[in-house]
Parts: sequence; C-alpha cells; structure tokens
Amino acid sequence: MELQELQTHLTEWLNEAITAFQKVPGSAVLIRYVRSSYQNDPVRSAIELVLVIFFIRYLMAPAYSTSKQNFIKLTDDEIDELVDEWTPEPLVPNMTVLEEMESEKLPIIVGATGPKSKLANGRTVTNLASYNFYNLNANEQIKEKAIQTLRTYGVGPCGPPQFYGTQDVHMRAEADIANYIGTEGCIVYAQAFSTISSVIPAFCKRGDIIVADRAVNYSIRRGLEISRSNIRWYAHNDLDDLERVMAKVVAEQARTKKLTRRFLVTEALFETTGEMNDLPHLIELKEKYKFRIMLDETWSFGVLGRTGRGLTEAQNVDPTQVDMIVGSLAGPLCAGGGFCAGPKDVVEHQRLTAASYTFSAALPAMLAIIASESLHVIQENPEATLGVCRENIRLMRAQLDPKSDWVICTSAPENPILLLVLKPQVVEARRLTAEDQERLLQEVADECLANNILVTRLKGGPITTHMGLKDNVYTATPALKVCVTSGLSKKETEKAGIAIRHAITKVMTKKGNNKLGVPTA
Amino acid sequence: MPRRITNPFSSSSSSSTMPNPDAAAERRPSLSKATRIAQFFSSPKSKDQLSEKQALQAMQQNQGAGTATSILSLPSISLSEHLNSHESTTLFQPPSLEETLKRQRAEAQFGPLNSQSHRYISTHDGSTLEPPVEDEPPYYYVLTTYLSYLILIFFGHARDFFGKRFGDQNHYKALRAQNGYAPLNDDFDNFYVRRLKMRIDDCFARPTTGVPGRYITLLDRKSDDFNRNYQYTGTCTETLNMSSYNYLGFAQSVGPCADAVEECVHKYGLSACSPRADTGTSDLALEVEREIAKFVGKPAAMVFSMGFVTNAGSFPALVSKGDLIISDELNHASIRIGARLSGAVIRSFKHNNMDDLEKLLREAIAQGQPRTHRPWKKILVAIEGLYSMEGTMCDLPGILALKKKYKFFLYIDEAHSIGAVGANGRGVCDYFNVDPAEVDILMGTLTKSFGANGGYVAAEKHIIDKLKATNAATLLGESPAPAVLMQILASLKIIEGELAPGQGEERLQRIAFNSRYLRLGLKRLGFIVYGHDDSPIIPVMLYNPGKISAFSHEMLKRKIAVVVVGYPATPLISSRARFCVSAAHNKDDLDRLLAACDEVGDILQIKFSTGVAGGLEPLPAGVTPEMEKEYIKAKGQALIKPPRWKLEDVIARGVEDAKRPLR
Repeated sequence: MELQELQTHLTEWLNEAITAFQKVPGSAVLIRYVRSSYQNDPVRSAIELVLVIFFIRYLMAPAYSTSKQNFIKLTDDEIDELVDEWTPEPLVPNMTVLEEMESEKLPIIVGATGPKSKLANGRTVTNLASYNFYNLNANEQIKEKAIQTLRTYGVGPCGPPQFYGTQDVHMRAEADIANYIGTEGCIVYAQAFSTISSVIPAFCKRGDIIVADRAVNYSIRRGLEISRSNIRWYAHNDLDDLERVMAKVVAEQARTKKLTRRFLVTEALFETTGEMNDLPHLIELKEKYKFRIMLDETWSFGVLGRTGRGLTEAQNVDPTQVDMIVGSLAGPLCAGGGFCAGPKDVVEHQRLTAASYTFSAALPAMLAIIASESLHVIQENPEATLGVCRENIRLMRAQLDPKSDWVICTSAPENPILLLVLKPQVVEARRLTAEDQERLLQEVADECLANNILVTRLKGGPITTHMGLKDNVYTATPALKVCVTSGLSKKETEKAGIAIRHAITKVMTKKGNNKLGVPTA
Repeated sequence: MPRRITNPFSSSSSSSTMPNPDAAAERRPSLSKATRIAQFFSSPKSKDQLSEKQALQAMQQNQGAGTATSILSLPSISLSEHLNSHESTTLFQPPSLEETLKRQRAEAQFGPLNSQSHRYISTHDGSTLEPPVEDEPPYYYVLTTYLSYLILIFFGHARDFFGKRFGDQNHYKALRAQNGYAPLNDDFDNFYVRRLKMRIDDCFARPTTGVPGRYITLLDRKSDDFNRNYQYTGTCTETLNMSSYNYLGFAQSVGPCADAVEECVHKYGLSACSPRADTGTSDLALEVEREIAKFVGKPAAMVFSMGFVTNAGSFPALVSKGDLIISDELNHASIRIGARLSGAVIRSFKHNNMDDLEKLLREAIAQGQPRTHRPWKKILVAIEGLYSMEGTMCDLPGILALKKKYKFFLYIDEAHSIGAVGANGRGVCDYFNVDPAEVDILMGTLTKSFGANGGYVAAEKHIIDKLKATNAATLLGESPAPAVLMQILASLKIIEGELAPGQGEERLQRIAFNSRYLRLGLKRLGFIVYGHDDSPIIPVMLYNPGKISAFSHEMLKRKIAVVVVGYPATPLISSRARFCVSAAHNKDDLDRLLAACDEVGDILQIKFSTGVAGGLEPLPAGVTPEMEKEYIKAKGQALIKPPRWKLEDVIARGVEDAKRPLR
C-alpha cells in the first residue's frame, strides 16, 4: 500500500520535473540532441557525459596554488609541537663595531646649524659637514617669509595632495622651479630622499629596460628595485661602456620586434664619488638609441651652472631634452622635499602613480615657500652665493688635493662636497680593507674635531649592504666628506683646509696605523 | 629655456583676492612670554624648574586664541548703555574690529566648544572587539554600479579608438610610439586616469590656501575642456573642512604651537641641512624623540621627515631574506612597498580576521620557508591601528593573544590612531588598555594628529639604536625641519597637559564625542557607514561611480569639503565619501554636515541602510540596551526597520545617545 503511494508520488514528481524542464527555453533542443546522438552513437553520448562531469568538477575545484606545491600535511598536534619548538631570532641583530663607533661619535648640534655651530659638548666648531653651501639657513629675509607663511598656513598641510593637501604655495613652488630650470612643469614631493625612488617605478614597469650607472645612489637603487624592470648596468661614468650596453639592448630588441620603453638613469653629480656626468654626450647617446633619460640632480640643483640651475645650465644643454630631472630642495636651498621637472604629461602622470606623492602628506607650506624664496635669493645674486662658494671650494681644494700625500679628491671641481679618498697606492701598500679605511677616516674626523673642525664621512653603508639588485653589488669607496660653505671667509676656509690636511697626515703617520711599517711617502 | 621666476598667480588676475603669502600675511607679533617658554623647552637641559612654571602660567594667561580660555571680551548688552549713552557703566567693552577679526580667524581654525556636555572619553570597555556589521545595499544598486563601470570602460575605449584616428593628436602623444620611442604610458592605469578619473577630476586635488583647520579655504577653479586644464577665477570659498587629517585640531596659525614654532625659526634656522647621521641631529630632534617615546610608552623613538618613508625604510631595516612578513590585506601602500623592499616573503590575511591570521601562522610555522622547509628566522606581523579607508580599528587584544602563542613580532602602524583614539590620545594601546611593551614596534605619523609632518618609530632602546645605524632614511634622508620638530614638541606638550593644561584633554574628548555623534547621526539618517564606533574616520557608502562626483559637488554647493574615493583606492563596488572628524569641529558644524547629508542623501538616493548596522528607533520603555539582543530575538527580526530618522530628532537625541553604547 505504502509502496504504491510512493510510486504515485514519484510519478507525480517526475511529471512535475519534466514539465518544469520543458518550460526552460531551449530544453526541447537539448533533448532532441541527446536523443538523436544516443540513437546514432551511444558511446559518443557517454563521452560527452564524462566531459560535462569533468567540466563541472574543474569549475568547482579550488584555485591552483603555486605556494602549496610541496605542502606537507600535518596534524594539529604536530603543528602545535612545531609552534612550541620554534624560536625566532631576535628582531634586530647586535650592533657592529663600526655602527657602535658611529653612534657614539655622532655630533649633536645645539641651536642653529651654521658655518660655526655649537656642539652639545659646549664647543663651537667650524661646520664643514652640513649642506649649507650658501648659508641660507641664517638668511633673515627667508626666515621672515617662513614666519609669514606659518602665520597664514600653520605648519602641516594635514593631508595628501590629492585630498585637499595641495596648497597654493605648492603650486607656486612648482611653477618657480619649472621656470627656473626651464621645463614645462614640475611636481614637488614631500621628501627628497624618496622622490626618485617613486619617480622610477611610476614610469618603469615590468618588462621595460633600464640602463643605469653602477655607482648610482641608494635612492635610485631602491627605485630600480621597486620598478621590477630589467636592469642593465654600465661601468661607472664610462660612456663608452654605456654605448656598448645601449647598442646591445637595441640589437636584442630589434630581434623581438617589440618596442619596449627604455630608460637611462644616472646622476648629474654622483653622491658616492662626487664626479660630474657628461650630459651632452648622454643626450647624444640617448637620442641615438632612443632612450628616455632620468637625471638625478639631487646634488647639482642649486649648485652647478652660472645661476645654479644644475647640470643642464653648466653644460649648456636645453633642459627640455632631458625627459625627467629629479632634484632636492633640502640641500643648499635649506627647505625640504624633492621635485621632478619635465614635460607636462610626465609631471601629471606622477600625480596619481608616484607612490610617495599620492600616499604621503604634502610638503609643509613653510618649506615650499622657503624653496621659492631660496631660489629667488640665489637667482638674484648668484655672485654672492654661488660665486663666493666656488671661490671657497677652490681654496679648500688647493689645500687638500695636490698638497696632501695621502688623499685625493674625487669630486668635480665645482662640487662643494669634497670627497677625499685614500690614494690607491696607499691602500695597496698598506693592504687596507674597506673597514680599515673607514676607521682611519673616522680617526681623521675625530682629529679634525679636536681642532674644532666638523667634517664627516660618506655614509656608503646602505649601498654596500644593499642586496636587492643581485647583479650589482657595489661597494662605495670610503671617503671623508668636506662640505664647503660661503658662510666662511676665505681665510677661515683656507685655515680649515690646512687643519684637515694636517689631521690626515697626523693620523696616517701615527705608529699604530702604519700596519706594515711602510715608510711614509 | 630658463626664464625668470615670476609669481604664477599675479598674472591671472590683478585684483586677485587670493591671500598672497608674501604680502597679505598679517603677522602677529609673538608674545614675549611665549618666547620665553619656547626658548625654555627647546633648550637641551632645563635651566631651572621655577622659571618653567612661571612661564607656563604666563603663557596660559596670554593665549586669548586658545580653546580653554576662549572667553574673550563679549559684546555687552546692557540697559544702562541705552539710557546714558554718553558714559558706559558696563564692565566689558565691546570688542574692537581688530579683536573680532582675530577671534574670527582663530575660530575658523578651531571652533569654540559650545557646551561641556559635548565631550566623551575614548576607551574600550574590555570586551572582545566585535567586527562592525557591514550593511549591504539593494541588489539593484550593486548591479547598476557594475553596469556603470562597464559603460564607462566601453565609452573610454570607443573614444580612444576614434580619438587616436580622428582626434587631437596632442592628447594621444604619450600613448603611441613616436620616432622610435615606445609609448610612455599605455597600461590600464593610464586608461583609467584618462577616461574614468578625468571625468570627475575636479573633485580631487582641489587647491587650498590658509590653515586646514575647522574651515578650509578652497581656490575656485573652472574648466572649459573637461578637466584637462583649470582656470583659477581668483576667488576663494571657505568651506567646512571634513577632509583633513587634523584629528586634534593642531592645524593652527595662532596659539601656543605657532608661537613656539616662530621662536624656533629664529633660534634654529630653517633647516638641519644634513641627514641625521651626519650633522642633522640637533638637541631639539633628540628632545622630540624623548618626548615621543614617553608619549607612546616606549623606551626610545626616532623621527623621520616623512611618514611614507618611515614605513618604506623601516621594513628593510628590520627583516630580510628568510623572514616572513604577515600583513593585513588592507595595509597602506607604504607598508607594502617597505615589505617588498625588505626581501622577506610576504603573506597577507583577511582584514582584521584573527581566525585567518591564526590559520596562516600555523601553516607558516609548520611548513617553514617555501621549498626548503627551513624554519622562518622570524615572523613580523604588520597591522594598522586605524584603517584609513574603512574606519576600522585593529583587534589588538586578539592579536596579542596570538602573539603569546606564536611568538611573532608585532609592528603597528598608528598613522591614524595616534592622538585620535585612547583616553590620553596615545593610540590603540591606550584605547584597549594594553601595555605598550607588549607591542614590539610602534610606528606612527606626525602629520595627522600633531599638525606637523613626518613619522616616528618607537621601540626598545637597543632596537632603535640599531635602526638608527642601519635605516637608510636616517643615514641618507633629510632630517625634519626645526619648525616641524617644534610643532611636534609643542603639540605633544599640550596633549600631555604640560603646556596650557586642560586644552589637551579638551581636544581629546572633543574628537571622541564628535566621532560618535556624527557616526550615530549618519546611521540614524539612513546611511551605510563603515568602521568602529570610536573611530574619527567615517566612510559613507555611495556605490555608483556617478554619485562620487555628485556627492562631492552637492556638498561643495553647501560649502562643505569632503573626500570622495572610488576604485582603485577601494574595491570596485564600494565607492565612498570619507569624513574625518576633528577636535576643531563643534556640534554646530556636525549638525550642519548632518543637515547637508540629509538633503543630499535624499537627492542622490544613498540612504541604503537596512538597520542591521545600527541607527534603530529607540527601544520601548523598560528595555535596556543590554537586553536588546534578546528583545529582538523574542519579537522577531521585524523590529529591525530601515532607520530614516528626521533631522530634528537626530539632533535632539544625538548628544545623549552618542555617549551610550551606539546602537
């Protein structure tokens, strides 16, 4: 009885299901297709059924994961045991001897930074370690403007540039810089150090090709690393090698027939060596091989050229020929932030794609105004700023480079940052490792400080330990850094130069330092 | 070719009303006593304790523009004046024009507190942190949102197709190969910018002038060529500022902070002219670091000149190859870039989802490094205190429980939470009453709550010493400017109550009240609002891309500046407007915003709320909020009705209800 009922119910359901199925548009076609194919070829129907089942199973399967390729299945207890056993390393390793020495000897300045600075130990020293080349830090006219700005804008802009953080002072600073260099547009970043690290990945993507100098500074290296582009290196400041690399890239690309973006990244004045680049030659190569050039003018903007416009002015190159000029407002201009100048579409593209512009607060209004004002001061009176500083550079150099038996100056003659490295023959004769050289140079800096002169060493550590770009592990040559300023008189500069030279001689001829007892030159 | 510098704005209109920082800036002479105090706390060692107290007292008497003592001479209305107009018998004199203007200016930056009842202490009650309920819009709006994007993308491609062939070739120059150069930009990002963002570009990067305080002054601009170029009309509009990260209202050009900064410029000059590792370390920088360490409750701290680089530089200094970074999926771009630069392996877990994090941790420890199965050297979990697009807070108690078991290191980015949450403004640790020693690295920015710029990292002393020696941003990046450092120092001292006692506390309690009041009001009006109750970031969901610009324009019409965001900053579907509440706002400002939202919400049809996320009608008498859950269970889900309160009711009940648990 019950069985019969079940049967009637089943028939009813089946009928209902069939009518429901028949209501679906296209169901008649499907049934006709299955029927006819089954009559002609039952095997084909079976294969099709299997295919459909496989297709459904494939769609339902979890996404394929590359990270689980050699996944080992463990029970919860086993995992708990592993968790208990696991002991992580400490968050940071201990400090090295050099790092400890550096942090111990770090000078602390009390009050304003100037040509004469007061240290925390109470001594007043001649400051040859700050990038205060024109002593604009003490310029009352600029200070007055800065305070006016403070009283109109407050300090921080409290927001990123895209969200109400763009102030009219930023637009003014951008227009001033663009006019000054002679480009169509300019974009101001909130920090110089991170500017080029963001400019490079804003344009260079995976698959693009970047040719870069081996000795580029740490910021550039970071930008190259983030960009994920293919990076080719050329020997430091060797433009013949550059041409070779460029020609090779072009030849490789000619074979693939695909036109990719090609970039050339280099510095105007090199941070690690102080040398100057040959821009006309670079432009010639860039145009020959169709590369775009990103020029890092961090150390040359406000320094080179008759009115401080940088390498373009110094070597009479039309700035519009350089695709992107990246510079700093934090150095001699005594403001803060960095910039990238170039054609309008290049600049506008960065406003949304450059990470450290989009995701960071804007530059404080005061610093933007200081940048504008500093440019005015330099431009209005290049003689009193650039001119005096250059004279001091000449005087300082004269005391050091040819006169000293121990060091040479690798910096270009116009560079106010004199990088003094130990002569190669000295290094060779005494078999000095990089660490030995750092130690000796630190001793020189200490000796100078004992004579009330503040100098510092080149901080090459980040570059030397930077492992992100595996095919270019570069060791910066240890160097003593002497920053000349127009805030000192000729006499004071010369005197400081003599004192530094004597300090070098004293340290190098000290008994303990003459490891092999090689007679001094 | 090089040209001479000219003021780019002077040419636009000669009768420009735009405040020119060169000339128009009215310089207020600094108070001599303010000078003394600024000199005091910028010197490395205190000269004598007595003078500090005297100076502080003098300082308080002197700040007419400050908040705590904003009782300036009020206009006097007295009958006797009418009777004998030739001689005044009242105590108070009506304020002079100059005084009124000065006060107006100060109040445009920091609104006066209208009632002492508009304060609240931001703290967590100790229960587990519930994730906020996320309401969803009707399917119709989801569908139309997708459709809108499809249409936009289709039209974009169509315009590109015809434009490249028949249009103005200058606009397509960067997109095509030209005399041997590959196109400069040709990816989807660029398409998105040109064809989607350009349409609503006038809602972004609106240029401003003056202080981004309670009000913000926008420079008016218009465009004749669909936002390709803008013309500045030379006029400005003062709008209510719901956009700046000015949590504690320290964006001010008057008051103790600005006085201290002015003095600092005289004393310390403009710049440190050097990275910290060379000669950029001044006594001022060290004092700021000590003060920050004290504030966040860690033994040591270091400051940077940019918040972005604080993250981007710290990760490479902390972790490297063989280490694992586990990052919240919604972490800020700076954390992602820093993590990538570090060379460590990166995994991410679902936003604020502790179960997912635990699963990931177990798997990571059990499986070890990929391929080699070697154990990880260390695991660093990176989270944010307060997420800037969602308004959610991290589940700190939950994460600390996991930390005990799984022995990872914890890095908290307090970019938005420092100053903004916690009874003392000391960030999420303060909010959840957690000992800061339990967190390994506390990072934060100084841009937001302190009205300055830059960022900090605070940790144990040996960690900071090592970071100072290895972090490239310290060795090579510029030091923060002295003016910025002084702003940090002065604002910290105000928050801690050392300078202008009472003012810091007022700021903290005002932002806590404002956040809750606005959030509750918006929920009751019927908006879908994301985030935790005490968060000062309040995102209101818009969904359709067309409403992004419409909302911004409608608000601008009502003189309110708001931030609107869409894809790619948010998921494609959930475009939103984001309000950032500040201590500088008072209840009147928030009521003005609520009224505007009420109107605009009706016009744009964005009142989607279904009531599951709160804003419900008041409970009947006899039912307490604790009993609510059971009450709803007993009476059925029918009690959850879409809340559509009248504006008057929202305002009338808001103050009282904002101080109770929000529902």
